[in-house]
Parts: sequence; structure tokens; C-alpha cells
Amino acid sequence: MAPLLQVENLTIGFPRAEPVRDLSFEVSAGETLAIVGESGSGKSLTALALMQLLPRTARVTSGRIVFDDRDLLGLDAREMRQLRGREIAMIFQEPMTSLNPVMSIGWQIGEVLKVHEKLSGRAARERAIELLRLVRIPAAEKRVDDYPHQLSGGMRQRVMIAMAVACRPKLLIADEPTTALDVTIQAQVLDLLDTLRRELQMAVVLITHDLGVVAQWADKVVVMYAGRKVEQALPGDLFNDPLHPYTRGLLSASPRLKSDFHYLSGRLTEIPGSIVSAAGEAGCPFRPRCRQARASCGHQVPPLIAQTPERLVACPFTSSLKAVPDAASLSL
Amino acid sequence: MPVLIRIARTLRRTLLQAVPTILGIVILNFFLLQLAPGDAADVLAGEAGSATEESVAALRARFGLDSPVLEQLATYLGNLAQFSLGFSPRYGMPVADLIAQRLPGTLTLMAVALLIAILLGVILGSLMATFAGRIPDRLLSVFSLLFYSIPSFWIGLMLIVLFSVKLGWLPSGGAGTIGSQLKGFPALLDKARYMVLPATSLALFYVAIYARLTRAAMLEVKNQDFVRTAYAKGLTPFGVTARHILRNALIPITTMAGMHIGGMLGGAVVVETVYSWPGLGRLAFEAVMGRDFTVLLGILLLSSLLVIIANAAVDLVHAWLDPRIGAR
Ligand SMILES: Nc1ncnc2c1ncn2[C@@H]1O[C@H](COP(=O)(O)OP(=O)(O)O)[C@@H](O)[C@H]1O
Ligand code: SF4
Ligand SMILES: [Mg+2]
Repeated sequence: MAPLLQVENLTIGFPRAEPVRDLSFEVSAGETLAIVGESGSGKSLTALALMQLLPRTARVTSGRIVFDDRDLLGLDAREMRQLRGREIAMIFQEPMTSLNPVMSIGWQIGEVLKVHEKLSGRAARERAIELLRLVRIPAAEKRVDDYPHQLSGGMRQRVMIAMAVACRPKLLIADEPTTALDVTIQAQVLDLLDTLRRELQMAVVLITHDLGVVAQWADKVVVMYAGRKVEQALPGDLFNDPLHPYTRGLLSASPRLKSDFHYLSGRLTEIPGSIVSAAGEAGCPFRPRCRQARASCGHQVPPLIAQTPERLVACPFTSSLKAVPDAASLSL
Repeated sequence: MPVLIRIARTLRRTLLQAVPTILGIVILNFFLLQLAPGDAADVLAGEAGSATEESVAALRARFGLDSPVLEQLATYLGNLAQFSLGFSPRYGMPVADLIAQRLPGTLTLMAVALLIAILLGVILGSLMATFAGRIPDRLLSVFSLLFYSIPSFWIGLMLIVLFSVKLGWLPSGGAGTIGSQLKGFPALLDKARYMVLPATSLALFYVAIYARLTRAAMLEVKNQDFVRTAYAKGLTPFGVTARHILRNALIPITTMAGMHIGGMLGGAVVVETVYSWPGLGRLAFEAVMGRDFTVLLGILLLSSLLVIIANAAVDLVHAWLDPRIGAR
């Protein structure tokens, strides 16, 4: 069976920069794919490209996005609108500003049902109450008339989730859904997302820079650096045996991860340098910050090497503890 | 309903503030008017041409113009306390009746002008914001700047030249066809024809302001996160603009509209004079020329009342537009 979402060689360009380059990944129905990477690695732009909601100045310069056997880049504006909110939904990082401050939350949830399911105002309100219950908001029938400023950050993110799942989408894109929330609330919201994924049989693209999130909630992980995929693995493999030097850096920057699965935010400050230093470099984008860098790393961008079908890494010098480098990885 | 509670709260606050404000305005204006040279008796005498010292003094005595200033003020305030605006020496009738005759004309003129200004301004501003930086935006910006800088009497005269004199489409002055026997809808239509030019002259300046304001507000709201959320729901660009962007952008516009009511009264003086429109503005003009201070004070009092009511209305609209306001 074809995967629900196939992204092939996606490149996103601004007039002066190319923040996402040659990115490919797949998501099967009902699966959670995590995209991990530090701030500025192109995660949000990738998510917005899936929704076809890139900033005005950005263009998909090459690649394909195939969703449910349709090439999204070939759809016209009207066809794309019918997908948005109905088959692909998205929640954003900032629950404080992502809701319209002058409309009640019930109205905002109902709006998506009026648009896609042509519900009347009354029916939409009833469904909004049900959805608020679904996302575990207490006293939903009272809360439905509340305005965003009357809710806490966690509650607002639940409202965003209710809005996103209102039409039972096949794919939910969650762009750092818990980054702005208190640590204690983060786990609740992620648990809710995971429960809903199973109940509604959605696939989820979970974007995060928090490796703790990946460990607990993902089926598959893509690690991005400077707009490229540098490693792909199952979460267990990634934590037991990180291959790419960048992934290793990420893991060692999250020291508590191995002792217990905690929802620490793995701020990646412990890798020296910043993602900006990758701009305008030839060769491996991670080279300026890589401890294992050598002269040949500057010649070309290392291609992704498949260690196993699930395991890809974009570095020829991965001295894995387990895998003996095969011929492919040495052929550089 | 939370909306009603919010609105009631806003209303109570406004009313409590209104009384001292109006009192202050009356007293201040009273003293200001005393500074003007001459009084109603002088003007009346001058117009009559054959007045003697004695007849002028008699006039003064009759209208209490010869008593000390503070006593005059006390009398005026005493009248006010009994809800009377006093008596006009010039028109020979109670000021309240005089104003009541002219008020509807001015109110309709202002309401129509404000409506035109807001509607047209918001529509043009939305267009400018939609095409920001491109040719339609540039063109409209030039026009709005033009209307912003041209004085309304000149616009009024030019409109008369074009639409009344050259094209003959619309009447050049007055408030209705004199002696016409029209009733019902045709009568309304007749009144509307007389309304078009004065209301437009009064409105154009504000159209320019609201268009620019709408443009700025919409461009600001457009970049906010909830607009992206709205697109992510699958709304059309029009749906996003109408239901999410505009609603938020209207908040600063209503504030400005409230502040403009007072200015519009001032503009009405000019426009009513140009179009010989029988309204308060022209009455105020005549009262100044005739030094008829009781009438003028009455008009000023009513104007401040109007501004306060307008501000209360704006507060109400605000409380309705922005749920965060009632939470204070
Ligand atoms: N509107 C924009 N104009 C120009 N550059 C942008 C814009 N949005 C994002 N970028 C650039 O694209 C890169 C990736 O951004 P983003 O996808 O938001 O990263 P992430 O979500 O991983 O933190 C960043 O370096 C950022 O500077
Ligand atoms: S290719 Fe070279 S620079 Fe890049 S990650 Fe591998 S070792 Fe480091
Ligand atoms: Mg981001």
C-alpha cells in the first residue's frame, strides 16, 4: 500500500536562501513521524509546504508532495482549500496567538465544520461542544462561549487540537505543539494527541526539537539539519545507536534522556557553533561544528546512505558500534 | 449573557463621567463667549439701523444682558437645572425649540456622511491592503492623500460645479424640493437627492482617513498567527479577510470614528453653509454673527452631549467587537 504522504526531494527557496533542500520522507496512515532539529533547520517551512501555506516570498523550487495519491503541488487553490482543515490539519507552536482573540472558541471550532461539512450554526456549536469534550476540556458546554484570553495556554492548545481534528483529518501536522507550554502540561497535550491519533486513525507529523518527545511518541524519526535530512531511524535505534555526529550531539545535549524518559526540552546549546554557520558552505553542512570533520567532508554534500531500509544517515564516517560500514558507505 | 453584562458596565461608566464633563464645558464656553466683542443687543441695534441708546439698553435689560457676568452664568445654570436652554433674543423663541428644528437635519447629514466615510473607507482600505505595494494601492493612496488635503468647502463648490451646474444631475442646495407634494418612497428619494452632495463633501476627508487607517490596521492584523490558522482551516482569502482580519482591524477604526464626531460637527458648519442646508451648523454660524450667545451655548452644550453619546456608542461597539475590553 502506498504511504499516506510522500515527500520527494522537496526544496524550498526564498529569493536569497534555500532553507529546505532535497528533503524526502514518507508517512503511512495512522503513523507518527517525528521531525527533529534545532531552531532554524527548516521544520516549520516543511510543515507549511505540506499545507501549501508558505510565506509569500517562499517557493517550492523542486520536488513532489504526494498526499493520498494526489500531488499537492499540482492542485489549484480551490482543491487545496478543500484539503486544508478537512484532510490535512495543522496546529501551531503559539497557542497564545494562534486563536482569533475576538471570536469565541466555540465559534472558531464550528467555523471549520461550517466550511467543510456545511453545518448550520446550531449544529456546529453542538459539535464544538462534543469536540471540546473530546479534547478533555472540563465543563465544555460552558467553555464553548469563552474567548481565548479566558483560557490558559494548555487549554488553548487543546482548542487548537479540537479545531484541527474536527473534520477527522487523515493527517495532522503538529509544529512544536508543546514548546510554548509548561513542562507538566506538555505531556498531557502530547498524550492527548496520541490518544486522538489512535481513536481517529490519523497520521501525525510531530515537529519538535525535544528528543524526549520523540522517544515516547514517535514511530519514526527524521533528523534535520540546515534544511536537510541527516538521519532517519526508528526511535529505539536512534537513542541506542545514533549514527550522525549531529544526532549524537543532540543526544548528549539531552543528558537526562537515557535515565528516564522525561519531557526535558533538549535545547541544543551544547553543540558548539550555530546553524547559521552552515550557510553558504560547500560540502557537509554540519562540518563547521563537527568534531569528526576531515578534509574530504568539504568536497560534497554527503549523500544519504541506507544502512537498513529504515535507517538512513548522511555521513560516510559513522563508526557505528554495531553496524560494520558496508561497501556503499565506503564508496565515497 | 456575558455580552450584555459587558455592555451594561461600559454604559454605566460613561454616564457617570458625562455630567461633570458637560458642566465643565458649559462654564468654560460661557466665559470664552464673554470675551467676544459686542452682544446680541448691539447686533440687533445695528441691523435695525435706527436704534437709540435707550432702546438698546431696554433690549439688554429684557434679556438680562446687563447684569454682571457671574449672575448671568448663575441664571443660565439655573435654567439648565430645569432642563431649559434659555431664550434667544434674536430669534424670539426658546433655544430648545430652535435647536429641535435644526437638529434632525444635521444628525441625518452627519450620520449619512459617517456611514459613507466608514463604508467607503473600509472598502477602499481593504482593497489597498489586499494590493499593498502594487498599482491599485498606489493609485488609491494618491487619491486618499488628495481628499485628505483638500478643504471641504472647495470640494463642496467643485461638486456643485460638476454635478449641479455642468451635469444638472443633483440640486445645488437646500434639503428638499420646496412645495413638492411627494409622499412615501418618492419623498425619501427626493430628500436623498439633496443629501448626496453635502454628505459626500463632508465625508470625503474622512473616507481618506479611514481608508489609510484600514489599510494600516489590516496589514498589521494580516501577519498575525491566527490568520494563518484561519487559512489552515481551508477558508477562502475572502472568508479570512471578512471574518478574521477585518473584525480585528475594525477596533482601531471605531475608536477613530468616535473621535471624529466632534470634528464632523465643525465640518458641518462649513458644508451646511455651502449647501444652504438647514442644520445646526448654519444656526451656529448665524448665532456667532448675531452674537446670540444663548443659542451658541445651547448648540455647544448639545454638541458636547452628542460627542459624549457618540463616544458611549463607540464604547459599546468596542465592547461588542473586542471581548477583552469587558474583562478589565
Ligand atoms: N518568511 C521568511 N523569510 C525569510 N526567511 C525565512 C522565513 N521564514 C523562515 N525563514 C528562514 O528559513 C529557515 C528555516 O526556518 P523554519 O522552518 O522556521 O525553522 P524551524 O521551524 O526548524 O525552526 C530559517 O533559517 C529562517 O531564517
Ligand atoms: S560528513 Fe564529515 S563533517 Fe559531515 S557529519 Fe560526517 S564527519 Fe561530520
Ligand atoms: Mg519552527
